[in-house]
Amino acid sequence: MGYIIETRGITKRFGGLTAVDNVSMGVNAGEVVAILGDNGAGKSTLIKMISGVHKPDEGTILLDGKPMKLESPMDALANGIETIYQDLALAENLNVSSNIFLGREKTKRSLGVLNVLDHEYMQKESRSVLDRLEIEIPSLKNTIRTLSGGQRQAVAISRSIYWQAKVLIMDEPTAALGIAEQKKVLDLVKSLKTQGIGIIIISHQMYDVFEVADRIIVMRRGQNVATRMVSETTADEIVGLIVGSETVKR
Amino acid sequence: MNTLVAQRKRNALGTIGRNWVLVFLALEFGYFAVLTRGFASLHIVQMILFYGTEVFLLATAELFVIITGGIDLSVGYVLGFATVISSKLMVVFASRGLSPLGAIVTSILITLCIGLIPGFVNGVLVAKLRVPPFIATFSMLGVCQGVSELLMQGIPAKNLPPLAGTIGNGHFLYIVPGSGISFMQRPDVARGVRVIEIIPNAVVFALIFIAIFAFILTKTRFGQHIYAIGGNIDAASRAGIDVKKHIIGVYMISSFFASLAGIIYVMKYITGKADAGAASLLDAIAAVVIGGASMFGGSGTVWRTILGCLVIATLETGLRMRGTPTFDKYILVGVILIFTVVIERFFPDFKR
Amino acid sequence: MPRPLMPHDTSTPFVQTNTGKLLGRHWALFFLLGMMVIFAFTGPGFFEVVNFQNIIHLATISILLAVAETFVIITGGIDLSVGFVMGLSSTLAARIMVTLGSTGMGEPLLIVLGTLAGLLVAFIPGFISGTLVARFKVPPFIATLGMWGICNGITLHLCDGFLPIAGLPSVLPRLGNGYLFYIHKGQSFTLFKKPDYIPDERVRELIRLVPFSFILIGAVVLVFWFILHKSRFGQHTYAIGGNLDAAIRAGIDVDRHLVKIYMLSSFLAGLAGVFNVFQTGIGNYTTFSSMYELFAVAAVVIGGASLLGGKGRIVGSMVGVLVLAVLKNGLAISGVQPFVRYIAVGVLLTFAVIIDQLFPDLF
Ligand SMILES: Nc1ncnc2c1ncn2[C@@H]1O[C@H](COP(=O)(O)OP(=O)(O)OP(=O)(O)O)[C@@H](O)[C@H]1O
Ligand SMILES: [Mg+2]
Repeated sequence: MGYIIETRGITKRFGGLTAVDNVSMGVNAGEVVAILGDNGAGKSTLIKMISGVHKPDEGTILLDGKPMKLESPMDALANGIETIYQDLALAENLNVSSNIFLGREKTKRSLGVLNVLDHEYMQKESRSVLDRLEIEIPSLKNTIRTLSGGQRQAVAISRSIYWQAKVLIMDEPTAALGIAEQKKVLDLVKSLKTQGIGIIIISHQMYDVFEVADRIIVMRRGQNVATRMVSETTADEIVGLIVGSETVKR
Repeated sequence: MNTLVAQRKRNALGTIGRNWVLVFLALEFGYFAVLTRGFASLHIVQMILFYGTEVFLLATAELFVIITGGIDLSVGYVLGFATVISSKLMVVFASRGLSPLGAIVTSILITLCIGLIPGFVNGVLVAKLRVPPFIATFSMLGVCQGVSELLMQGIPAKNLPPLAGTIGNGHFLYIVPGSGISFMQRPDVARGVRVIEIIPNAVVFALIFIAIFAFILTKTRFGQHIYAIGGNIDAASRAGIDVKKHIIGVYMISSFFASLAGIIYVMKYITGKADAGAASLLDAIAAVVIGGASMFGGSGTVWRTILGCLVIATLETGLRMRGTPTFDKYILVGVILIFTVVIERFFPDFKR
Repeated sequence: MPRPLMPHDTSTPFVQTNTGKLLGRHWALFFLLGMMVIFAFTGPGFFEVVNFQNIIHLATISILLAVAETFVIITGGIDLSVGFVMGLSSTLAARIMVTLGSTGMGEPLLIVLGTLAGLLVAFIPGFISGTLVARFKVPPFIATLGMWGICNGITLHLCDGFLPIAGLPSVLPRLGNGYLFYIHKGQSFTLFKKPDYIPDERVRELIRLVPFSFILIGAVVLVFWFILHKSRFGQHTYAIGGNLDAAIRAGIDVDRHLVKIYMLSSFLAGLAGVFNVFQTGIGNYTTFSSMYELFAVAAVVIGGASLLGGKGRIVGSMVGVLVLAVLKNGLAISGVQPFVRYIAVGVLLTFAVIIDQLFPDLF
């Protein structure tokens, strides 16, 4: 079976720094791929290219085997690629449901000609998707500014799972969460996986990775240095690969 | 128990904090009403609105830009530019044999179209060429000033169709007590008969547009996206919003409103000149800030901005009626402006 | 705090070559030189020492205000009040001189007292703006816009609304417009004063070199160049503008520093105001449409500073002032309508920033 999303030799430079260096990787439908690596290894930059935030300097990105032109995040969203960013990318001045629907607001006809925001509908839908995550948020009318880190995380996650994605990218989705909430997110990842979504997850928590991932990609200094099936590796080996003490066997 | 009381107290404080502009406006009006005979009258209230019209429009213009985290320094001179263009056009069309009404309407429509250009250029500079709004709009200020002065050649437009002034200084509704009412048209009555004039046309005209754009801001996706851009521009763009298009749109709205203000100026004062709006920039920005918008973007409403305008307009009219030099207005607006922002520090949940 | 204007752009800079960098880094200077070459052809009398001297003499105020604005802008702030603080100092100094003059006080003393008053009063608006910005976290734009209105109103009171304050000692303009050297070709050479045998009407026959204003400009530019580029105070100014949190964590007393910055800015505006009294011989009200503050900001930005803070240099700002001053003078001498200048400045300013985008890490 071909990859649902794939990168072939993509490279991204920031001035003199090569943040991502000729990386090829892919994700199958219904598969969870974890990307591991030290701080600054280039993980976030890699996924930002897949989600259309950065344009690769070299290489191609393929969706369902077909090269895809990603000019902006709009293109990625239109192709069913949803992303939870490490910095969450929420508009803090807007309320919860406005953020979940940001850029894709539901409108309704008013007075026969005008399309006005359908806040009721958006609140209702937001409530139901948040309930799925079982994360408490007192009022959906609160602005993001008033929420805790974990609650913000939940909003960011809800925002991307609401829209029936083909590919879901999660950049450190459990970083700000308590133990119970972390577990909920991992359960969610597993259930999304059974729905046939391809998932890329970046995490520094080895436990999370071994719990949900099928395959692990290790990045070091912008390069893809190793790929391991979770079933065939150990946490020790992965740690060794991340810090670079393990000799790389391709 | 104690916490409950504290909670209530905090809520009460919060409510006052959120609505202090309204409270302030009421106190201000009360102050002038007590000190000045005849201040608390329909006539004076309408006068406040009438003289405040241009600032209402400029402040609305500024609000849209400020919500996105920008600033538009050019509104005052776009206003001036629009006064020059529209007054010139009215004179030309009228002299070419168009009916006065035809000349006025055509000129207004053309001016509104031309008035979109400065905003479009500002928007492109800010969104596509990444010129900081402060610089882009200051440049536009200079360009509008220069072009207007060149068109004017030092002589304000004269010989406008008198109808312009009749409309601009007319009222929406006239009541002759005991004998009837008429719309838009001053009833023909003998001298000395009392006619009650209700709502100046200029105010009606301005409020219609302000209401439409208030609606757009609060009820439509476009409005929602503007707030999102001001709140977190990266988030907005990653959510698939075409940030650049929105920013260009916002600067165009701003110069559209400035042009409207220019047209109203011409209809009120029957003349046009380059610096017609030069002194109104401070008032417009101050009104937006007094109305609770943050200069960093992401917040502000049309309704509160209008309250901010009223604070300034009431002050101006009140001072003028008391015969105090209007110099004090500048001092007081400055003080209120600073006071507004400081007060927000003491009522942290002032903004929602 | 400064925020990025547009979503993160990661496209690589257009210009990478060394010549490109050199051009980009000093484009304003090259632009200035290019402009001078053109005006040399189009403007009769443009390319003469006397004219250059005149350009700089007339730009004294702009230079002082641009130095002020440079410091504020590097911290990521802006000072919109400088124009009216200048007006305040100017009218106060003049008012005090006139009042003291009517008591029969000797001229030297009343000039000194008026000057001191004009300079000292300028610290007040700066102290208030700085305190608002630093301690009450009022955005600089708002704090100084507020001061703008307040100073404007007070100034209007001082000069009874729009009337310049006249009746000052006549020695003032002679000092403000005096020169170090007076040369009467082939006849005489005097220092500080024109030779007595030449009446005022015939003063144009003299070759006058080095206006006193140059001494003021030189001193101010040198002192503040030293402060900004060679002292700890300057280092901290850059640190605050570059990364406020880092500056706080590094133990810089940011609040105090900001108060000082705004006081410094305001003081320079006051100096400009007092100098203005000496230059014109009257106390001047500043009008809205003269927009001193905006032109000062423009000069600083043309000189390579960023409104987001952390970037800017005294020398760059001086080049910025000269670009605007030469443009004004050159267009006038070339017979271009004055209004065209507004347009030219507008276009030029935008152009400056766009160029700046093409050549990142300017300075
Ligand atoms: N917009 C940018 N401009 C310049 N450099 C950048 C930019 N974004 C990332 N970098 C640099 O690229 C490199 C890779 O960064 P990236 O964020 O991809 O790392 P990461 O693997 O996600 O690290 P972390 O685990 O800390 O999130 C870093 O050296 C970073 O400084
Ligand atoms: Mg990362």
